[in-house]
This record gives sequence, C-alpha cells and structure tokens, in this order.
Amino acid sequence: MDTTLSPTVDTNEHGHGPAKGMGRWLFTTNHKDIGTLYLWFSLLMFLTGGCMALMIRAELFQPGLQLVQPDFFNQMTTMHGLIMVFGAVMPAFVGLANWMIPIMVGAPDMALPRMNNWSFWILPFAFSLMLSTLFMEGGGPNFGWTFYAPLSTTYAPPSVTFFIFAVHMMGFSSIMGAINIIATILNLRAPGMTMMKLPLFVWTWLITAFLLIAVMPVLAGVVTMMLMDIHFGTSFFNAAGGGDPVLFQHVFWFFGHPEVYIMILPAFGIVSEIIPTFARKKLFGYASMVYATSSIALLSFLVWAHHMFTVGLPLAGELFFMYATMLIAVPTGVKVFNWVATMFHGSMTFETPMLFALAFVVLFTIGGFSGLMLAIAPADFQYHDTYFVVAHFHYVLVPGAIFSIMAGAYYWLPKWTGHMLNERLGKAHFWLSFIGVNITFFPMHFVGLAGMPRRIPDYALQFADFNAVASVGAFVFGLSQLLFVYNIISCIRGGERATDQVWEGSHGLEWTLPSPAPYHTFSTPPVIK
Amino acid sequence: MIKRVWLLPWIGWLVSLPASAAWEVNITQGATAIAREVYDLHMIIFWICVAIGVVVFGVMLWSIIHHRKSRGAQARNFHENTAVEILWTLIPFAILIAMAIPATATLIKMYDSTDADIDIQVTGYQWKWRYQYLGQDIDFFSSLTTPREQINNEAPKGEHYLLEVDNPLVLPVGKKVRFLFTAADVIHSWWVPDLSVKKDAIPGFINESWAIPEEPGIYRGQCTELCGRDHGFMPIVVEVKSQAEFDQWLADTRSAAQAQAASATEEWTLDQLIERGEQVYNTSCAACHQANGQGIPGAFPALAGSPMVMTDMDAHIDIVLNGKAGTAMQAFGAQLNAVDLAAVITYERNAWGNDTGDSVSPQRITELQQ
Amino acid sequence: MDDLRRKNRRLVLQLVLGGIFMFGFGFALVPLYDVFCRITGLNGKITNTGPVALDVADISRDVRVQFIGVNNETMPWEFRPLLNTVSVNPGEMRQMAYFARNPTANRMVAQAVPSVTPSEAAQYLHKVSCFCFDQQALEANERMEMPLLFVIDKKLPANIHTITLSYTLFDITPRLSTGQIKTDDTQRSTL
Repeated sequence: MDTTLSPTVDTNEHGHGPAKGMGRWLFTTNHKDIGTLYLWFSLLMFLTGGCMALMIRAELFQPGLQLVQPDFFNQMTTMHGLIMVFGAVMPAFVGLANWMIPIMVGAPDMALPRMNNWSFWILPFAFSLMLSTLFMEGGGPNFGWTFYAPLSTTYAPPSVTFFIFAVHMMGFSSIMGAINIIATILNLRAPGMTMMKLPLFVWTWLITAFLLIAVMPVLAGVVTMMLMDIHFGTSFFNAAGGGDPVLFQHVFWFFGHPEVYIMILPAFGIVSEIIPTFARKKLFGYASMVYATSSIALLSFLVWAHHMFTVGLPLAGELFFMYATMLIAVPTGVKVFNWVATMFHGSMTFETPMLFALAFVVLFTIGGFSGLMLAIAPADFQYHDTYFVVAHFHYVLVPGAIFSIMAGAYYWLPKWTGHMLNERLGKAHFWLSFIGVNITFFPMHFVGLAGMPRRIPDYALQFADFNAVASVGAFVFGLSQLLFVYNIISCIRGGERATDQVWEGSHGLEWTLPSPAPYHTFSTPPVIK
Repeated sequence: MIKRVWLLPWIGWLVSLPASAAWEVNITQGATAIAREVYDLHMIIFWICVAIGVVVFGVMLWSIIHHRKSRGAQARNFHENTAVEILWTLIPFAILIAMAIPATATLIKMYDSTDADIDIQVTGYQWKWRYQYLGQDIDFFSSLTTPREQINNEAPKGEHYLLEVDNPLVLPVGKKVRFLFTAADVIHSWWVPDLSVKKDAIPGFINESWAIPEEPGIYRGQCTELCGRDHGFMPIVVEVKSQAEFDQWLADTRSAAQAQAASATEEWTLDQLIERGEQVYNTSCAACHQANGQGIPGAFPALAGSPMVMTDMDAHIDIVLNGKAGTAMQAFGAQLNAVDLAAVITYERNAWGNDTGDSVSPQRITELQQ
Repeated sequence: MDDLRRKNRRLVLQLVLGGIFMFGFGFALVPLYDVFCRITGLNGKITNTGPVALDVADISRDVRVQFIGVNNETMPWEFRPLLNTVSVNPGEMRQMAYFARNPTANRMVAQAVPSVTPSEAAQYLHKVSCFCFDQQALEANERMEMPLLFVIDKKLPANIHTITLSYTLFDITPRLSTGQIKTDDTQRSTL
C-alpha cells in the first residue's frame, strides 16, 4: 500500500525520551518499552521451559529411571507445558503486538497505556508464584498442563491452590492485553487505514484478541470451580457429590481449543508479513486470508471434544466433532496455498527471517497433516495420548508458533535496534534449530504409532532407539537457542546500521519510520491514501 | 563404585545398539477385524496427506529453486485469482468428504457392542488394573511385575520390561468380549493397540468397548491417561487362548481361588507369613511406602519404626483392610485375600528392624471380614 | 481527543462485559452440560426418576439388565448386587437390590453414583425409586439391602439387548457432620 507520512519526529509535549534507570521499566506506559519487556520476559520463560524439556529428554534418553523420580518428572511435564504456553508463546505474541500494532496502524501508542503497564507487570508475579510451587511441600503441579480432575482436585498436591491463583493472574493479564489491542486497532487507526488495508499481522491479532476475551474467562471459570471443589466443598467435578469429572474436560477444552489458535493465528500473521517481503511480491489472496483466519477462529469453538474422543462420547457427538474438526483443514489449507502462491513467480532471497518463515510453512503443514489424521475418530483411538499427539502439537507449536516468533524477531530487530543482525549467526541458528527440531520431534511420530503413551518417565525397550535420537535432537535444538540470545544481544549492542526500509522488499508503515524507531512515533497520524 | 554401577546400563545400551531391531515406525495391524480396518484407514489418510504434501511442497520447492532473485527472477504482479481460490477451497473439501465416509463406517461398527459373549469389568486403580468376569465369579488384580532393580538400572532389563504383569487378562479366541470400564480413583485409560481398544476409565461412570480377538497370543498395552506418579507403570497384558484352554484356565482360576480360601483356615508359621508377605508388600505396598519401608517424606509415611506398626496391631489391621479416608491409603480388604493380608501385615511388623515378633493369622482377618 | 476517550471507554466497557459474560458462560456450561447429557445420554447419566404411569409390559421382548457395584478407592464397604443379571420385558416394573455391609468400627455414610452403558440406553431406563437418591448410612458392622425399582421404556431402540447399570459407592463420611445425614430407616433391614 502507498503511504505518505506526516513528520514522524515529535515536536509536541510528548517529545521527551525514556526516563532513566529502573523506573523507566517499572512505570513505563510506552508501547515500545512494554513490548520489549514482554519479549525479554517470554525469552526468559522460553529458556526456563526449555531447561525443563531438556530434563525430560535427558530422563527419556534411555529406559530406566536415571535422573529424576516419576513424581518430579510429572511436575516437569506439567510446568514445561504451562510455561511454554502461558509464559513463552503468548507473551511473545503480545510483545510483538505491543511493538508493532501501533506502528502498523499509524497510532501514537496503545489505546490504554496504563492498563498496558499492569497487564505486563502481573506476569512476573504470576510466574514467580507458579514456579515457587516446585519448592513447596508435596511439590508443584504434577497433573499435566491440562490438569484433568480429579487428579488436579481430590488427588492434587497442596500447591494446587497457588497454581490456581497463578492461572487467574495470567488470565487477567491476557484479557487486559487483548482489550488493549482491540481498542488500539478499532479506535486508533490512522486516517485512511481501513480495515481491509490493515496488515495481516494486525488482522490476525484482532481475531486472536477476541478469542482471548472469549475463552480466558472460561479458563478462569474452570479453575475457580476447581478452587471451590477443593476448599469449599462444592462438587462440580466430584462424582460423589453429583458432579462429573468429564465436565471438567468439556469446560477445559472449550477454552483449550481456541487457546490453540490463540497460539497460532498471530504466527500466520507474522509469516504473511515476511513472505511477501522476501518474495518481493504482494501477498496472494489478502481477502481470503482474512476470511480464512476468521473462519478458523469461529470453527475453533465447535471442535473442542476432539480432544476427548476416548471419554465415551455418544456416536452422534463423536461424528459431529470429527466432521467439524476435519472442516478446519479447509481454511488452513487456503492459507498454506496462499503463501505458496505468494512465493510462486516471486523474486526470492533467503535472509534469516525468510528461512524461519519457510520452515514454518513446511513444518506447520506437517503438523497440520498429523492433525488431520488425529481428527479421524476411529484412528484417533490408536493415536490418542501417545507420542504421536506429542509430535503433532510440537510440530505446530515449535516450528510453528516458536519459529514464527523467531522469524518476527529477526525481521523487526533492525527496526527496534537500528542495527542489522549478524546474518551468518542467524543462519547458523536457523539450520541448527531446523535440524534439531526435526531430529527431536519426527521420531516421536514413530514411537507414538508404535505404541508409546505420553507423559511416562520410563518406557518399554522397543521405544529406546527413537527416544535416544529425540533426546540428542532436543539438546541440539536447546543449545542452539544460545546463538539466538547472543545474536539478539549483539544486535542491540551494535552492528551495521539499518536503513529505514531495512529489507529491500518491505512495505508498510513500520518501514517508513527511522531505524531505530524513535521513542514516540506517529504522534501526528500519518495519512494513508 | 556407585558411579560404575550407573555406567553399566549405558555400556549395555551401546553394545545392544546394533543388535536391536526395534525401529518400529507404524501402528500395528492388530489382532481383530476392527484393528485391521483402523490400520487401513490410518494408511489411507496417511497416503492422502503424503500426496497433498508432495504437491504443495513440490510447488514451493520449485519456486524456491527457480524464482529466486539470485537467478534473476523478476516478481510478477498477480495477487489474487478468484477461480483458483475457489478451486483450492473445494478440492480439499471433496478430499475430506472422501475421508469421512470410511471413517464414519468404521466408527459405527466400533460403537456396536451388542450381543457380546463375555462381559468383563475393567477397573482402573492407582496403579493397577482389576478384571472382573461378570457372572463368572472371577475377579483379580493385575499389577506390574518388572522388578524395581530393573527400573533403577541395577539389573539388566528383561524382554518385556514394563510390559509384564502378574495376572494377565485371559480371553477366548473368536468370541465377542465386551469391556466395561470404570475407575476407583482418578481417570485412567485402557489401551491395547492390537485390539484397537482405547477407552477412558472414569471414576463414578461406566464406558464400554469390545473386541473379537482372532489369533491366540499375548498382546500388551499401557495406561494412556496421566493418572499420577506411577502412570507409566501400570501395563496391560492380554492373553488370548483357544476355547479349550480358556475353559481350563477358568476352572484352574476358580479352584485356585478355592484353595486360597481353604489355605486361610490353615495354620501358618511366622516365617511362612513373612516370606509370602514380602512378595505381597513388593507388588502392593512398595510403590508408595518403598521397598525399604522408609516411605517418602511429606507424601507417604514410613512403616519402618512407625509406632502404629510397632505397637497397635488393631489399628494396623484396620488401616490395611479399610484404608484411610482422605489419603492415598486404599482399602486393601477387597483387593487381597485373607492370607495375603495376614502375611503382609505380619511382614510389616517384622521387617526393616521392626522385629516385633507379632504374627497375624489369616483366620483373624477372616473373622474381621465377616 | 475527548471523542476518542469516549470511544475507548465504551469499547473497553463492552469488552469487559463480554469477558464477564464469558466467565458466567463457563459456569453456565455446568447446567447446559446436564441438559446436553439428558438429551444425548452422554456419560450414561440417568435422569428419569420418580413415579411412572404403569403400562402393559411388552412380553415379546427380553432385555438383559446387568448390575455392577464398584467401590471408590478408600470405600471399605462390602457392596454388590444381589443378582448380576436380570431379564426384563420393556414396560415391566422390576425390583432389585444391592447388598452393603460396613466392616469398619465406625459409622459411615455413602453415596452411590449410577451410570448406564450403552449411553443411548440411559434415557430409557426409568428409576422409580433408588437407594442412590439418598445418602446411605451404616453403623459399625451393620449390613443392609438397598432396593431399586426400575422400568425399561418400551421405546428402547430395538438394537439394544443389554443394558449395564453400574453403581459406584463413594465414602462421603469425612464431608459430612453427623447431623446432616438423612437416611430413610425403612430401607434398612439388619440381616
């Protein structure tokens, strides 16, 4: 789109720079500062959750119990899941949204800057509380990130109460963040920035934010019910009092399935920004991308019970959820076809962000294929709760969501820091990650199909070889993330000066700003023709 | 010295690496008609996915190779095409319908559990299974038999490491067996890949599934719903026998149960009870209270040196028989027979330096249970 | 600028209300789920209870009804159906009973939770009276027979030949103070 800018350097009373010292970060209401905080926080959580994953993979390197006992192993799988979902992926997307959405729509800041500050600063407290449960008597949560009742209620360690409060805090943070994003997109767009001109990253985040407001309260509801069952004698999930443990799963997955899309829709947006830039060609099928994203979001409310095919649903229910789940393949397919069509007859170059985006398309699609297989209820009886499922969701979340976040970070880092990143290091990071991810997760398809259940600390001998391979891959992937951290820090410290446009093929408002982007931007809205 | 013991399994693993042919990559074709149908369905969807993948990734790879700037490719200026977009919405839709038809047919068959020959109630416990043949007067528990030494890498692992139990579920070949699933504590899930049966066992509720095993043999499976600490240690073993052998097994099991009941009236010496009690303890108690009787601080109390075990025999018997409400201590009165109960209580009162010299007779347990 | 503030405030208010609505909706899923279960028989929950208009039994059809008794973990009671299976004509009212004994030295209270499989059959199993309607208390070493009166609806689909009715017995003694227990003394018979 063509954009003409009014002057971007501030001349009004907001023209001051950031405050000095810690106060800047504690009290900041600047969307770029808060975006930075979110991104650092999520990186820290990513590394924390990653260490837990490595502990799991080290234990599973060979059969027998070597490093940890089963109960601690269960705490590790639970914490790894919770931290990666709520601490790494979601805050990273919120961080990118904070940084980029105001710039992309031509707004001076987020619509509700003070609320923005709160929604970030809740997170460190929530996760400190959550991590502290590991040191409490009886240990931390050990019932899986899906915390099925009654394992998470009647049979839970005492620390479950703190886990519930931590989830409540994360929920508040997410909902406030979502409200802020919606208000910014709907109310602060620059003149002429119509809805159908919005960059796709903004569109996917708008839809994600609505999903968050729709389902995070349901999560809050379900943990509140747990809290009441544990401490106030109610029987939501306790069969003895007329409750039903299966009800827990229905309510949880009513939240849980849209949650899955919360973690992938912004990724679609990021990739839809990056591929056109490096293919030097406009995104194919912009409108159908928007419609496909919306229909994925709507369908996500109708498929939750495909996580529960083995709980004994009646035949009609089983068929309904099978058909609805298969239907999701259609809009998802449209998106993949559009990305491929964008590359087709483009003029491609393969800088680090593009490499991650391409890997995203291929590996996310592989995860989509296994998802389609899992949708087939009779076959799902053989896949359910095996490593095949673990392989599936790690394919959509690691080379899916995480790769898109890394692609986004590499793509926008020059705009944030004013320095080009070290391309050679970036490529090394990419190839090590790409190879590591596949060595880790591809064999999991095999052990899953061969019959290995998930969430077990020890396994039968026929699964040993692939598990050893997967563990080696996990360490390759894990250690290569140190390159990512190093590359980010060195890019902040210095490097080749970035131009305003940064990338040859980039389009959009963010690339009209100077690099690094000034502390205050678009105080006077740009005019979009 | 300790370090070297720790190294042993690693060396063993390295040595066994070339010998192990365990690179199994696919689901089993199974031992029932339904399992084969599921396998076929799985392969059809898999190949459809592969075909779609080849087309999509093929186009992508072709673009990556040919439409790169370094080759002088110029970007063309198309960015939408309604006809193409409608086409690639409709084609996947048609493929999905083609997949849904056989899937629906198989699912309907799997849900038809009518006219079964045998009904077996399967109850999940933390962390073992209980099988009750309805109307047949057969009722037993099935727990892991892999020794702790193998799990802790202090002994070489057996062929069926973690997939072996004391009492397998025995089924006759060619008969329709209906399984009724429930659980006594948390949610478990009963899975035997060769029967293509995976169903959750949910406390307070009952689920069903069925299978007609076609070939005699031993089929192994595991619990597939996270059910707490020893979720990975509650396998399932199904032994399918010919009708004649199955009938023989039924008769043997019933007479063994009678012999068991008769032995409860016999006199047992302290040493006999302790010897038997140690076995019972290791399968039923050691998972929580530990083989050395030390328990796990904060979670499971120690029995070694416990005042109750050392002195109050009535309370000790009561807690073993009836459990303790609000804790993980189950009521073993219904799970073990009188001899085993007497033996395990006697063992606990004499092991790990408890040395009380107390002996509990099976008769005393029988009296309490009447 | 004021205009924008008003717009923001209105939007935030709407979104917050939306969030609160969805929080409520999470709780509303509980009764909704019960309705859903009743319609579909999901989970084999039995909801047809209370008196029934008597009808002529359909003697052309036999339905096998299986009974199961399950003890939840720490429940030490002896608990089993008096008969494993009965054959019933649809429309016929039948009486059954479960045996229970409290082997402990303490008074205990139990709640039985019923479940039916196949779940499609749940809505056709009509319980006129059942020990599961009330909590059941037993003194130390006391025993009783707990009756159950049921009718199979004649509309039961023709492909269902066997219905399994399971009761899981939960120990609810710790959750109750003795004063609150309501038991029907007429149901008790000390053997």
